[in-house]
Amino acid sequence: MNLKPDVLKKVIQSIANAHPNELDCDTCFQQIDRFAELTLAGKPADAALPLVQEHLAHCHDCQEEFEALLAALKAIKQDDSPG
Amino acid sequence: MIVKSNQEWLAALRSQDNEQALEELRRSLERGLHYALAGGVDDSQLEALQEDIAQDAVVKVLANLDTFRGESQFLTWATKIAVRLAFSELRRKRWRDVSIEALQKEDEGQEYTPAFLADSSPSPEKQASLNGMMNMVQQMMEETLSERQRMALQTVMAGQMPLEEIARRMGTNRNALYKLLYDARLRMQKRLVEAGLSPQDLLAIFDEK
Repeated sequence: MNLKPDVLKKVIQSIANAHPNELDCDTCFQQIDRFAELTLAGKPADAALPLVQEHLAHCHDCQEEFEALLAALKAIKQDDSPG
Repeated sequence: MIVKSNQEWLAALRSQDNEQALEELRRSLERGLHYALAGGVDDSQLEALQEDIAQDAVVKVLANLDTFRGESQFLTWATKIAVRLAFSELRRKRWRDVSIEALQKEDEGQEYTPAFLADSSPSPEKQASLNGMMNMVQQMMEETLSERQRMALQTVMAGQMPLEEIARRMGTNRNALYKLLYDARLRMQKRLVEAGLSPQDLLAIFDEK
């Protein structure tokens, strides 16, 4: 192997972050709708679902989808609010 | 606009006379996709994409109705399914002409020179310390991990290609790839502990001035 230093640094960071209760993408996906609604309501989603929060911090694909879902929910809520 | 409860949605979609509910679902998903994708998709392509994905999402939602746990609003749950479908399609199109090998060639490393030292000569001791650590960690990876795990770690951590697309090229799915990486990370964590090394100490070497 001959990794670029910045890539190896990220590898070591990911090793440092690994722990037994980590969620995989499918399990995160199961809970992301609840997480999104809590976030939208201004409730502490990270406290309610800390493992989801953690997975999103490490998984760019899931983070990207979560942000898009949240954007959709926010826009719809704004559209539908009276006045 | 009449807002349906979760139970009302489920009952309407499960009934034999569900055309109206299906159309309502499709329209809602299209609306959600419009907002989810706006800004990330060219306006000229957005409408066609949201229409196509909304249709596919209705099918997927119907197929998975029994998995809805009622922990959120039904439309939130359905919209997340639609968003995932949309991003899968966008990633597939965006990355279809890019191979892992091409990315790996770009990632093959050179000796490390931190940016803050770019205008001065790094001390030989610091350079040697860093290079020695990097070689040691990579040697450990070669001894501890499978070739598949090493390749996956390298490609994912390079951060250029989505996990889903890397998984496709490896003949697997995103979730299986995440588990493969997770196993690799735990193995390396254990290996470092056995060697009396902490990841934090190794990371500190990158940042030494």
